[in-house]
Amino acid sequence: MALLTMSGSPHVHDNDSVEKIMWGVVIALVPALFVSIWYFGFPALKITLVAVASCVAIEYLIQKFLLKQEPTIKDGSAALTGLLLAFNVPSNLPVWEMIVGSFVSIAVAKMAFGGLGKNVFNPALVGRVFLLISFPVDMTSWPVPQPLMQGGFFADAITGPTSLGILKEGLGTGQTVNELVMKMPDLMRDFLGNQGGSLGEVSAFALIIGGIYLLMKKIITWHIPVTYMLTVFLFTGLMWLINPDIYINPVFHILAGGLLLGAIYMATDMVSSPMSPNGMMLYGVGCGVLTVLIRLWGAYPEGVSFAILIMNAFTPLINRGFKPKRFGELKNQKG
Amino acid sequence: MLKTFKSGGVHPPENKISADAAIQSLPVPKRVYIMVTQHLGAPSVALVKKGDDVKTGQLIAKSAGFISANVHSPVTGKVFKVDDFIDQSGYRKPAIIIDAEEDTWVDGVDNSDEIIRDITLTKEQIIQRISDMGVVGLGGATFPTHVKMMIPDGKKAEFLIINGVECEPYLTSDHRLMVEKPEEILIGTTILMKALGVSKAMVGIENNKPDAIEKLSHIAKSFKGITVHPLKVKYPQGGEKQLIKALTGREVPSGKLPIETGCVVDNVGTAFAVYEAVQKNKPLIERVVTVTGMAAAKPSNFMVRIGAPVSELIEKAGGIPENLGKVVGGGPMMGKALMSLEAPIVKGSSGILLMPVEESRRVVIKPCIRCARCVSVCPMGLEPYLLAQVAKNEMWERAESERVMDCIECGSCHYTCPSGRPLLDYIRLGKNKVGQIIRSRGKK
Amino acid sequence: MNNVILVAVISLSAIGATSAVILYFVAQKFKIIEDPRIDEVEDVLPKANCGGCGYAGCRAFAEGIVKSGTLEGFFCPVGGNSVMSQVALIMGLVAEEKEPMIAVLRCNGSRTNAPAKINYDGPATCAFTHNLFSGESGCPHGCLGLGDCVAACTFGALYIDQNTGLPAVIADKCTACGACVKACPRKIFELRNRGKKDRRIFVCCVNEEKGAPAKKNCEVACIGCGKCVKACAYDAITMKNNLAYIDFEKCKLCRKCVEECPTGAIHELNFPPRKVKTTAPEETTGQNTPTEVTA
Repeated sequence: MALLTMSGSPHVHDNDSVEKIMWGVVIALVPALFVSIWYFGFPALKITLVAVASCVAIEYLIQKFLLKQEPTIKDGSAALTGLLLAFNVPSNLPVWEMIVGSFVSIAVAKMAFGGLGKNVFNPALVGRVFLLISFPVDMTSWPVPQPLMQGGFFADAITGPTSLGILKEGLGTGQTVNELVMKMPDLMRDFLGNQGGSLGEVSAFALIIGGIYLLMKKIITWHIPVTYMLTVFLFTGLMWLINPDIYINPVFHILAGGLLLGAIYMATDMVSSPMSPNGMMLYGVGCGVLTVLIRLWGAYPEGVSFAILIMNAFTPLINRGFKPKRFGELKNQKG
Repeated sequence: MLKTFKSGGVHPPENKISADAAIQSLPVPKRVYIMVTQHLGAPSVALVKKGDDVKTGQLIAKSAGFISANVHSPVTGKVFKVDDFIDQSGYRKPAIIIDAEEDTWVDGVDNSDEIIRDITLTKEQIIQRISDMGVVGLGGATFPTHVKMMIPDGKKAEFLIINGVECEPYLTSDHRLMVEKPEEILIGTTILMKALGVSKAMVGIENNKPDAIEKLSHIAKSFKGITVHPLKVKYPQGGEKQLIKALTGREVPSGKLPIETGCVVDNVGTAFAVYEAVQKNKPLIERVVTVTGMAAAKPSNFMVRIGAPVSELIEKAGGIPENLGKVVGGGPMMGKALMSLEAPIVKGSSGILLMPVEESRRVVIKPCIRCARCVSVCPMGLEPYLLAQVAKNEMWERAESERVMDCIECGSCHYTCPSGRPLLDYIRLGKNKVGQIIRSRGKK
Repeated sequence: MNNVILVAVISLSAIGATSAVILYFVAQKFKIIEDPRIDEVEDVLPKANCGGCGYAGCRAFAEGIVKSGTLEGFFCPVGGNSVMSQVALIMGLVAEEKEPMIAVLRCNGSRTNAPAKINYDGPATCAFTHNLFSGESGCPHGCLGLGDCVAACTFGALYIDQNTGLPAVIADKCTACGACVKACPRKIFELRNRGKKDRRIFVCCVNEEKGAPAKKNCEVACIGCGKCVKACAYDAITMKNNLAYIDFEKCKLCRKCVEECPTGAIHELNFPPRKVKTTAPEETTGQNTPTEVTA
């Protein structure tokens, strides 16, 4: 008989692991990927594969040759970053720009901070914002969706603005919301994904399916997505009630742009979000308020990425200030 | 809607594979190793010396101090030696080693199976008897029971809670006791109620033991003031504070004892021991121990004398398996791995868990991904990731202000951590150091 | 265009000048007058901030000396006599000469001498493991080999020897700051006299158990037989709790006890090889690799 083992309790372990969590999120994103390929054709698939492959390769190379560690690409976090980054860019982005974005995501936003679990900001969002600032034209030339059967798989995309873009530009020239809504896809099309936009954000339907999967698998909790979306809904709803001529209805704000992708997949990124339930709710509210502020009064038509990145910076502070409800801490207890 | 405690908790696989194995009485071992101190509190003092003849049930070590407990001989025979012997953690502690010859009980002990229902002793006599017979909490913490019965001035007990939860996976010793000795347990409960001067007692049992719930509920009808409460299965419901919360909705304030909420909690095993001590004049010299685990050939429940070597129990449960990788004293969540199979059974041993090699090693440690699962499963509302980190960095003041001392060491955080981080190990280290600091502060 | 630049330059300069004036007055107002000797003393200290003197860093040590005005009870183990004499010069006092010390590991429970009886699987910290169980070899006093001392050493003078599984002291780097002594939960490290020509004799065991259980876990444990006590002509060896201890102040390095020890628990370091008289002791001491190297 070999020697027995000695260790502290507990002696059993849940079968969950980092790998299962990361690949679980990847699985939840698959429906959205299919919708993208359906509407944007081959370029969507190409840009996704490029992003995933370059993120994984960059992490591998950094760990192997720069840090001389055992590469940990199998844990799926690099692949997930790549996938989320691809979901946040237009499908006709040049391949080399995609690789630059992946490099910023992995090398600058993740590995420079110490790798998995140590990054302050969501790597995919850092990559996305870097691309947005560096290549603003390429990053805002959204291909118009052409369902697979009609446009042809390899067809060159015609580009057009997103609904949020139409709104921002139109309001700037003094048109009213009602005039502008005519130029946009209707809400049902938004819901299914038949709209211009970054390749992963277009279909609310597919994103919600993935979100339900994540909730069922207990990979995310309801706190961040629900408070985030609720805040956006209430804030924009209030503004809409005040003046429906210049503020569009709240349902539009929920379905348009990257809000669902951000609220369900990006803001809930474990590493960069707070750890206590009430902290998570505050974070969700903060993300929501910032998103609406940027969308309604900021220079950019879309504010999800910036809102989440700004709240990422507050995460350590929220963790310090917002503790879970301690057992045995009673309201009327002294001291 | 079944009751349970509110925040935190996990659902490890129950694996109650020995639930249907009736309690077997093991023959008296040839040589017993009785630890002189088997309880929480001041060490006891051995009363016998090498060569002395002792009888079963004779007092061999005396309580020394307020929080302390008596120890009695589990066998009849000659004291082989009074010397240090290894305990379950491998440290050598004072022990009385007795060579058993026969099994003659001391006078005055009723060793029959007859159930005695009339409680004749007064409140003070009951507490004295419990103290004399060396009864300690058999749930695992081994806190002397008679001390628990003495309510501090200014406090009042409202409820007696009998803990039949047995939330640890694998263990079935309490379960079997409830199925086989339900009436004795309830008489013991009535005795404890009398000693505490309370009129209400609640027996909490997790819903995965329907036979025990049914039996106790049925018999409880003829007992005044005792109610049986099925509870939703959730670990660590057997924790004192969690059980009080589940049954009464009250929370024990941080750093305080359960009596603050008017509750006193005792294990079903303790209730049975109290019955035997008070009604049958029988000291605590045997208990039910579950021998189980995926590597156990015959998962069993044994009524075994205190002081029997663990190896003997394993032998009786089908022998030492080929693929044995780890032996745990207690359940898989809170039990302690055994250093050696020579170590003896003590009053607090509820089970012996035999784990195969493939289960016995821990998973590979990965970086913390800040998933906050440890925070969400912590039944005490703590932040295990943070406590482990500050303990690792030796930031003891921060550990204290983050309430490391509230940790009940249930192990839910380590169990659930997807990165397999040894959170509880570091938290224990923190508790130990912070405890030392607090004690030294008290001395100044 | 020029105007804009001019405005910027002027306004920034104005802000800078105002701030400088404010800063100057604030600095004057809150100036703390300190004994200049504190700085002087601190300058000659090694600035390792190791805490070996018992103070929270070199500055605190310097303040302590200057405020109390005496050198009694103050000694910088890192700097040693040379630094203390410099400090004495600044203070106008006379430094007490102290013999140089070194950290000594009093355990030889290596993988071969004290084989593992169980595998430990958990975090590599002695402090936790000490509370969990008696150790892989079963010896409740011996070295756990998980390196809390190595982590505590700020001078890089300790490392875990992969062959023995025990920490080893690099004599040249050890400053006898005592960090390892504090870090070890089992108090195995001791600061001992470096000795003439670095020659030292010590009992390489801290086991207080009786002979039989001690020997059961470790080949080279002190079994408390007392032979060394009888052999010592200088009353340097005392026996307490089944454990022999050699007082380095009294030891004359005669090496008689080393020969007497039946388990080879007494170690001699840096002595020239013995003239061959008997055969037995050579063999026992031969397998006890001294736990010290010179880098």
